[in-house]
Amino acid sequence: MSIQVYHLNAWYGRKQALYDIQMTIPFRSVTALIGPSGCGKSTFVRCINRMHEELPNAHAEGEVLIENTNIYASAINPIAVRRHIGMVFQQPNPLPHYSIWENVAIGARLNGLASGKALNEIVERSLREAALWNEVKDRLTLSAAALSGGQQQRLCIARALAIAPKVLLMDEPCSALDPISTMQVEELIMKLKHEYTVVVVTHNMQQAGRIADTTAFFLHGKLIEMGETKQIFSHPQRRETEDYITGRFS
Amino acid sequence: MSSTPKASERPTNPFQMPSTAHHVIRQFSNALCIAFAVLTAAFAIIVLLYLIIYITLQGLPFLNLSFFTELPGAFGSSGGGIGEAIQGTLILVGLASVIGIPLGLFTAIYLSEFGTGWFSQAVRFMVDVLNGIPTIIFGLFAWVLIVIPTHGFSALSGGVALGIIMIPIVARTAEDVLRLVPQELREASLALGATQSRTILQVVIPAATSGIVTGIVLAMARVAGETAPLLMTAFGSTFWFTGVMQPVDALPLRIFVFTDSPYPVQINQAYAGSVVLVVLILLTSFAVRWATGGFKRRF
Amino acid sequence: MQGKIATTGEEGLRSLLSTLTGGNRRLSDILFQGVTALFVLLTLASVFGIAWVLVSYSLPTLATFGWHFLTNQAFDPVHNIYGVAPAIFGTLVTSFFAIIFAVPIGLGAAIFLVEFCPRPLRPALSFIMDMLAAVPSVVYGLWGFLVMAPWLISTGEPWLHRYLGFLPFFDGQYHGLGLLAAGMILVIMILPLIISVSREVMLTVPRSQREALLALGATRWEVIRHAILPGARIGIVGGIILALGRALGETMAVTMVIGNQATAPSWSLFNTGYTLASVIANQFGEATPGLFLSALIETGLLVFIITLIANILARLLVSHVGRGRIGGLAA
Repeated sequence: MSIQVYHLNAWYGRKQALYDIQMTIPFRSVTALIGPSGCGKSTFVRCINRMHEELPNAHAEGEVLIENTNIYASAINPIAVRRHIGMVFQQPNPLPHYSIWENVAIGARLNGLASGKALNEIVERSLREAALWNEVKDRLTLSAAALSGGQQQRLCIARALAIAPKVLLMDEPCSALDPISTMQVEELIMKLKHEYTVVVVTHNMQQAGRIADTTAFFLHGKLIEMGETKQIFSHPQRRETEDYITGRFS
Repeated sequence: MSSTPKASERPTNPFQMPSTAHHVIRQFSNALCIAFAVLTAAFAIIVLLYLIIYITLQGLPFLNLSFFTELPGAFGSSGGGIGEAIQGTLILVGLASVIGIPLGLFTAIYLSEFGTGWFSQAVRFMVDVLNGIPTIIFGLFAWVLIVIPTHGFSALSGGVALGIIMIPIVARTAEDVLRLVPQELREASLALGATQSRTILQVVIPAATSGIVTGIVLAMARVAGETAPLLMTAFGSTFWFTGVMQPVDALPLRIFVFTDSPYPVQINQAYAGSVVLVVLILLTSFAVRWATGGFKRRF
Repeated sequence: MQGKIATTGEEGLRSLLSTLTGGNRRLSDILFQGVTALFVLLTLASVFGIAWVLVSYSLPTLATFGWHFLTNQAFDPVHNIYGVAPAIFGTLVTSFFAIIFAVPIGLGAAIFLVEFCPRPLRPALSFIMDMLAAVPSVVYGLWGFLVMAPWLISTGEPWLHRYLGFLPFFDGQYHGLGLLAAGMILVIMILPLIISVSREVMLTVPRSQREALLALGATRWEVIRHAILPGARIGIVGGIILALGRALGETMAVTMVIGNQATAPSWSLFNTGYTLASVIANQFGEATPGLFLSALIETGLLVFIITLIANILARLLVSHVGRGRIGGLAA
């Protein structure tokens, strides 16, 4: 089941950030969102799990259909939406006062997905999926703040996976990481796409080229072009896309 | 890979909160939290508004010209005012400022412009200590230092007590403001060949003027409302100011004395005096907000 | 560029001074630094002066009574026996009463301001909180004496006795003025401090942590509980200790509503009593030089020490406590 977006508009206060976005995000693959700073790609991604409206004075209108249900319908509770969507942020943000184990478990625990021993299984499974298990299995009770940047980001990925989301949203997940950690996370994303629908915001076109099946190009709050990654990078249809890809502006 | 909830819990709409006991408790706890937060905030707001409004209603009718210009009448008689208390407060605050402003300001300058070592940490600590001492202790200090050797209560001793109270208030606000002056200003001035003292006096302080003035006004308003240190220093009186080595009245002292009075006239004047104090803090609160709004308040 | 308009004499003096002080500083700098140093030292002198005066003038009673000063039951000028046991009792009872009620209310209000308050309201509400903190103690005392105490004796205390009278706290003669009145006034007086410190501390928790929890589908309460409170916990405790210190040293409002008479010791909050600070305020007028005066000063020394400890503890837990805010001094 893919994600369908119709007529999505978003504002920060009076300032409009997204203009009438229309797109279909393919199921179980990696979709990359590229574009210059301020083009709205992060805003867009945050609209998918209704996080955008948590910012002061921000709001969004439109339709976002996940499993054929419009999550912007008035009857829908945003908290119930977020439970099914995992998000990884640009700066790794583990909860510093909790241990590694507690960080991974917290989403599952709050949402009542498991308790007691079953939680242990979820923690281990999520950490294995995030390729972090071997590095931390002997120190699960240590504070999450003791990990390196790359490890923290993988911990955040594990935390997101622990709630068994339908969709995984990643907002520039590698921007704050060193090259080796970046590589590890990219490998991880390539693995995850077999199970999850992954949307990755990136300002790094090479990264999009490496990991994404589909790429969408945003500019000034509008979706300019979207298509198979190879196609976008070799034969872009729109001039703006071509300008961005060839580096005429960034 | 999604976990499949049991059929009895599976919501018809995948984006609905499940109705298990766990989730009912979650939503209940959340609602409880919101209710508690709203109620406690409402309590705090209502209490203050009630106090301010009540005191204003009680005291406002009695704020007339004679209130400010006359001396208290004989006990039990109507009329009269507390002019000497207003005068006394002005004098005491003036005396206090002679001590409080220079010591506070220069301590702030020292902390902001000069030291970074252990000594400045110690000074800052001492300023904080000073800030936390209950004000009656300052009264005791001035009592021992001045009242006892001079065998009498005096405006001077009251001014000294209040002055020391002012020091940390001025110092903390001024230091905060001075620190906010961009380093580039100092560097530019020094690069042009100005001495450090000139830089501070003619570049840094002028840049921080509104904040410093705010701190001073704040400190003056604070000590204008202090009672305890004056009990054993200025002591109070019902006559106009007669000399700096004589007892002098003050607004909060007068309020304190009149509160206990069996005569309604004086109770009314106590309320009226309270209105004056409340207006004073209202004005200074506004002034503080206006002067520091840009960089201090985070909502 | 500054021109050199110095005379030979000034040049000579300058070079002498810079040799002495090891730097390339000018005379005006030296003067300015000297003035600054003087005022800083005077400030320090006032702190140490206060401590020194308190200690040295307490020596007579310290020598005479030693620890018994803390256990003797009254200020008795006739027999020249002085003690602050009832004052300590009154201080502790009123202060802890205030903390017990002000902390939950203050925390709740702070949470409201940080998490739930609609944005347009925030400036107005913060302003109101700051005003509450700046109201002079004597005004609280005025209201407490003229309005709250009569209400207590006519309505409040009988109500408490009727519904909660099985508790020893509410089982006694009604006085209106007393420990309960003082406790209640203190609740109102320390509330804004707890609110403002808690709020400041909560605002320092990075938004990224809130977002992490929100993205997992957490409710507002869960975000507060798992992201904000763990990070703010230490600072909040510091704020509570600071508020306790304030309550312990509060003088005027307490003096005006506490009755200032010892009654036979019992658990009842309806009883009158006094606190260390109120003793000083009340008794200085009678104080004769000698043991009486010394006893008063020693009481002041006690107040000084306990508030100092509270403030140092609080400072260790919270940095920049109350910086730039109105509030923080007791009257």
